[in-house]
Amino acid sequence: MRRHLKWLILASLILCAGRSFAQDASSERAPDTMQARVMACAACHGQQGQGTDSDYFPRLAGKPAGYLYNQLLAFKQGRRKYPPMNYLLAYLPDPYLQRIADYFAQERPPFPSLPAPSVGADVLARGQMLVTSGDPAHHIPACASCHGAALTGMEPAIPGLLGLHSQYISSQLGAWRYGTRTAAAPDCMQLVAARLTEDDVTAVAAWLSSLPAPASASPVQRGAIKMPLACGSEPK
Amino acid sequence: MSGVHVRAVHFMGRRMGLLIGPVLGSLAGSLCGQVAWRRAWAAVCVGTALGASASAAYSAQPAAQPAAQPAARSSTDVIARGEYLARAGDCIACHTVPGDKLFGGGRPMVTPFGTLYTPNISSDKEHGIGKWTSEQFYTTMHDGRSRDGSLIFPAMPFGSYTKVTRADSDAIFAYLKSVPPVRQPNKPNDLRFPYNNRSLLLGWRTLYFHEGEFVPDKSQSIEWNRGAYLVQGLGHCSMCHTAINALGGSSESQAFEGGLIPMQAWYAPSLTSNKEAGLGDWSTGDIEALLRSGVSHRGAVYGPMAEVVFDSLQYLSADDIRSMAVYLKTLPQRTADTSPAPAPAAAGSQKDSQYQLGSKVYDAQCAVCHGATGRGKPPDFPPLANNQSIQMSSAVNPIRMVLIGGYAPGTELNPAPYGMPPFAQILGDDEIAAVVTFIRTAWGNHGAPVSIKDVNDLRSVPAE
Repeated sequence: MRRHLKWLILASLILCAGRSFAQDASSERAPDTMQARVMACAACHGQQGQGTDSDYFPRLAGKPAGYLYNQLLAFKQGRRKYPPMNYLLAYLPDPYLQRIADYFAQERPPFPSLPAPSVGADVLARGQMLVTSGDPAHHIPACASCHGAALTGMEPAIPGLLGLHSQYISSQLGAWRYGTRTAAAPDCMQLVAARLTEDDVTAVAAWLSSLPAPASASPVQRGAIKMPLACGSEPK
Repeated sequence: MSGVHVRAVHFMGRRMGLLIGPVLGSLAGSLCGQVAWRRAWAAVCVGTALGASASAAYSAQPAAQPAAQPAARSSTDVIARGEYLARAGDCIACHTVPGDKLFGGGRPMVTPFGTLYTPNISSDKEHGIGKWTSEQFYTTMHDGRSRDGSLIFPAMPFGSYTKVTRADSDAIFAYLKSVPPVRQPNKPNDLRFPYNNRSLLLGWRTLYFHEGEFVPDKSQSIEWNRGAYLVQGLGHCSMCHTAINALGGSSESQAFEGGLIPMQAWYAPSLTSNKEAGLGDWSTGDIEALLRSGVSHRGAVYGPMAEVVFDSLQYLSADDIRSMAVYLKTLPQRTADTSPAPAPAAAGSQKDSQYQLGSKVYDAQCAVCHGATGRGKPPDFPPLANNQSIQMSSAVNPIRMVLIGGYAPGTELNPAPYGMPPFAQILGDDEIAAVVTFIRTAWGNHGAPVSIKDVNDLRSVPAE
């Protein structure tokens, strides 16, 4: 009994010491999770990368990790220009960027309900045609021919196109048309976007943003789609 | 490259620049905020007037140089040591465009007076330093003169590098000669008249450049001397943290307390000061942690210092970082350091509506990481209570942190840092002014309130 008592006293002393240490608030640690580490992204992209009400901050969740990594690296190196992103990523090591990309790639939050596009039926029809069939007369391949019939992208680096605000899509297509957004050569998106008129951009963006959530948000497997043109970002 | 990668140069000559600050301020709208540049250039202008007579006295010949110390090491060892020392000097930050070839140069430095491009310092014989001798390299490091004898612009911190020993300079040179050549021509500087006239630099040099290798203080420990050598020399810390310049400096330098770089819009705190940087009551261990890992229990590095840790300090040995911390801890306080903060939020302002709004914003946006009582979850979520960086006389840093957020640098000791989101896009100027006022005055903090205009003035400054 005495021996037990001794242990009991000792144990309670240790517990007390531990408790008083823990009571020092400064000893509380941040959660050792990626979710806590990417809280810096949440204000604009949502905690799970689901996107927000803002027209210009895209949904990240479920996009292929290779695509997200390419973007993070491009922002870090200044090849893709947006000062707040360039600054946030400037001093992060590449392997950590890969972890951030992996985190958002595997998230599957619900898709947002986006505002209905304020364009006429003819514009939507043009958009639908460009997305699903392309415009062979103008050598414009269908979006779906690379981004997949369900438009959820392809591993490892073709992004999904759903759940994005129309203004975001049109501003990105515009950036490609004017050469302010670029990707690894051959820059297939630059080639495609250069063939679009401003009306085409509006139509594609409107149609894509009008689509409902896909049955499966996951991108298709690597190589599942035979792409009509070579893209530097997507390995063959 | 984008403006993002325009290197923020820190630079000597800030004191003089401050004197004509209003003039510079009128030029301030343009491009990046290389204010340190502006200051230096201003110094060049003013210095020219003052230096007209000095130039006659200026010797075109190199100063007497200490004899080279032949190192009894294998060339591999020398190169490895040179690589380490090049890290300590942070050569890469200016001489490499991020994501581009090592030491290829070409990083733009935009000033209101034109743009300067850093030179190629790779081993390329045509465009780099492939044909240089170690003597010529030492002259550049030690005396701020290029291979052809021309004066170099003080964007290159030769005012600090002059303290580097010949042996260390030779090691860095051996390392640079060992890196792959980058066949990339140097871009000519695009400076407007009269700033393109290098003879202006004579005046600047007369005022600010003091040639001479580091002289150890025999009354101090080996560790202290090593730290002093690194901080004063390769580390070129004084370029931003001017309070170090004030050691033995003039009253002028006290007038310049603080180190605000207005257009770069970051405030390099005094390292001697209790109130501003808080080194006075920092433990050596916390200083070491901050310098080497980027985070500590007292706070994290951000802004320009994040880059310094990312590119340079994280690669230094624990011993060297400790030496730097030991030295920094001994920097004397200056009179100005002990002056009280401008009117702390006392009874009245705690009750005012700004404080109330700030408290509300804090609870909604900040408390999840920094805690309801500002204690944070260090080292990953820094404490705000009793954090000198929050309470400094200048509120520029906390305002900008709220506007643009930031990640601590990813380092070997902290490879997956936590970050703070930018709030510029979701909080108005009034909310940011309120929440910064709140964190500067809550929990016993002694900072002064900030105004909506203070925030608005900083909102348009690009993140960098």
